[in-house]
Amino acid sequence: MGPRRGVRASRAAPVSRTSRAARAGQYAALAAYLVFLAFPFLWLVSTAFKPARELGSLHPTWIPDHPTLGNFRRAFAEQPLVHAALNSLLAAVCAAVIAVVLATPTAFVLARRPGRAAAAATGWVVVSQAFPFVLVIIPLFLVLKSLHLVNSVPGLVLVYVVWSLPFALWMLVGYVRAVPPELEEAAAMDGAGRLRTLVSVVAPLLAPGIVATALFAFITAWNEFFFALVLLKTPEKQTLPVVLTHFLGAEGAADLGPLAAAAFLATLPSLVIFAVIQKRITGGMLAGAVKS
Amino acid sequence: MRTIRTIRREGVKVTAAAPVRTGRRADPGAWFLVLPALVPILLLSVGPLLYGLALAFTDAQSGRTEPTRWVGLRGFQDLLHDRLFWESFRIGLVWAAGVTVPQFLLGLGLALLLSQNLRLRWLARSLAIIPWAMPEVVVGIMWRLVYHPDAGVLGEILSGLGLAGDTDWLSGLATALPAVVVVGIWAGMPQTTVVLLAGLQNTPHELHEAAALDGAGAWRRFRTVTWPAIRPVALSVSALNLIWNFNSFALVYVLTNGGPGGRTRLPMLFAYEEAFRYGQFGYAAAMGCVMVAVISVLLAVYLAGRLREGDA
Repeated sequence: MGPRRGVRASRAAPVSRTSRAARAGQYAALAAYLVFLAFPFLWLVSTAFKPARELGSLHPTWIPDHPTLGNFRRAFAEQPLVHAALNSLLAAVCAAVIAVVLATPTAFVLARRPGRAAAAATGWVVVSQAFPFVLVIIPLFLVLKSLHLVNSVPGLVLVYVVWSLPFALWMLVGYVRAVPPELEEAAAMDGAGRLRTLVSVVAPLLAPGIVATALFAFITAWNEFFFALVLLKTPEKQTLPVVLTHFLGAEGAADLGPLAAAAFLATLPSLVIFAVIQKRITGGMLAGAVKS
Repeated sequence: MRTIRTIRREGVKVTAAAPVRTGRRADPGAWFLVLPALVPILLLSVGPLLYGLALAFTDAQSGRTEPTRWVGLRGFQDLLHDRLFWESFRIGLVWAAGVTVPQFLLGLGLALLLSQNLRLRWLARSLAIIPWAMPEVVVGIMWRLVYHPDAGVLGEILSGLGLAGDTDWLSGLATALPAVVVVGIWAGMPQTTVVLLAGLQNTPHELHEAAALDGAGAWRRFRTVTWPAIRPVALSVSALNLIWNFNSFALVYVLTNGGPGGRTRLPMLFAYEEAFRYGQFGYAAAMGCVMVAVISVLLAVYLAGRLREGDA
C-alpha cells in the first residue's frame, strides 16, 4: 500500500536481465534529461552573477570570469523589490492560513461521509480548477471595485483564498482518508463530541498534511501572476511576480543582469519550501486524483 | 500526544471487540463544518462564474457612463467573425496539444526510467523540483535569457555545433510558437513525471517479476502490468494538463506577450487584452464562455474516464 515500498523493492530487485546496451541507453536518456532540466536554471544563476561587460560580450561564458553582486544591488535600486516581496509574503501567508482553516472541517466531512453531496463537492473541485480565469476575474474585478478592494492586498487575498480552497480541499480529503476512522469511533465511545474528536484526535494526526497543504497554498499564491496583474495597479501594491515584469521594459529591451538577479531571488522561497514538502504534495495529489 | 496514542491503541481494541457504527444521518453538525468553505466558494467562485456567463450577453465595458445593456448573442456573433479570435483559438489548441502530448510521453518515459535502478536517479528527482516550484514569470524570464540572441546560451551552443547562429527565436514568425512550446514542456514535464512515478510505485512488483519469469518482454510487461495499474493516474494527469495548458497565461505573457504578430497570442492573452486593455468586458466574457465550452468537452471525457475507472 505505502508508496515507499515500491522504492525499496525496486532497489533490491535484480537488474541482471537488463542488457548492457539497454543500460547505456538508459544512462544517456537520464543525462539528456538532467541537462534539459538543469541548464536553463544554471544559465539564470550564471547570468545573475555576470558583470555588464561579460553580458555584452559576443561569446557568453558559462561561468562568469569576474562574478559580481552588482546585479543584485542594481536590481534592488531599480525596482521596489523588498516592498514587493513583503506584499507577496503578506498575500501568500494570509491566503494559505485562511484557506486551510476553512477547508479542513469541510474536507473532514467530505472524506468521512461519502454520498451524493460529497461527490458533487469533489466534482466541483475538479471543475473549478478547469475554468479559464478570465471568466471569473472580470466579475470579481467589478465586485471588488465596488467594494473598493481593487489595488489592495486584502482584495487579492480574497481571490487567492477562494482560488486555493478547492485544491486545499482536494489534498486534505486525501489526508483525512488516510486517518483510520476507528480512532473517531473510539473517541465517540469515550464520550467525546464531534468537535472534540476533530480537534484532539484527528487534527494532530492530520497536522503534517495540513502543513503541507498550507505550504502548497503559500507557494501557489507566492508564484501567482494573472490575478495580481489584473487587480494591482500601483507599484507600491504589486507583488513580486508583477514587479519582476517591470524589469523587462518596453519591447524586451531588458537590463539582463538585474533581471536575472531579481528572478533568481524570487524563486528561492518556493524552491526551499517545495524541496521540503514535495513528497507530501505528490502523495496528496495522487490520493485526491485517484481515490475520490 | 499521549492521549492520542492511547486512544489509538484502545480504539483498535474496541472496534475489534465490537464494531459499532454510530448511525448519523442528516445531522446539522456536518453542515456546520461544511459552511466555512462552502459560503466563500459560492459567493466568490460560483457567483462570479454565473455573473461572468451573464456578462457575455451584455455590452459591458469599463469606464463607460451609459448603463450596460443586454445584447443577447451579439458578442458571440462578433466572435464568429473575429479573425483574431479564431487565430488565437487555433494557436491555443496547437499550444495545448503541442505541450501536453510531449509532456505526457516524455514524462512517462522518464517515470519508467527513474523507476529503474539507476545511479543518478536521486539527482533527477531533486532537480525536478526546479521547474515545478518556480513562478511562471521567472520561468519565462529565465528562458528569455536562454533564447537571447546575443547573451543567450542556446545560440552559443548551436553556433558551437556549427548550426544556426544568433537567431532571435522568440521574435521570429516561424520560431516563436515552437520556442514557447519547448518552455511549456520544460515547465510541466517534471510534475507529470513525478505524479506518474508515484503511480508506478503503487504497481505490484510481484506481478512484474512473475511476468518476467513467464518470459514476457519489456513491452508486453508494460502493456499488461504497468499500464493498467497507472491508467487512472495517467488519464487524470493528462486531461488536467490539457485543460491547464489551454488556459495558460503567465508563461507566454512574459516570453512574447503574444507576439510576434500574434503568433503566440493564446486565448487567455487575447481575452486579457480585450478585457483589461480595451475594456471590452462583455466581449471578453463571451470569449471565456467559448473557452468553457471547449473545456467542458475535455472535462466530460476526463470525468467519464474516472467514473469508468471507479466502477472497475
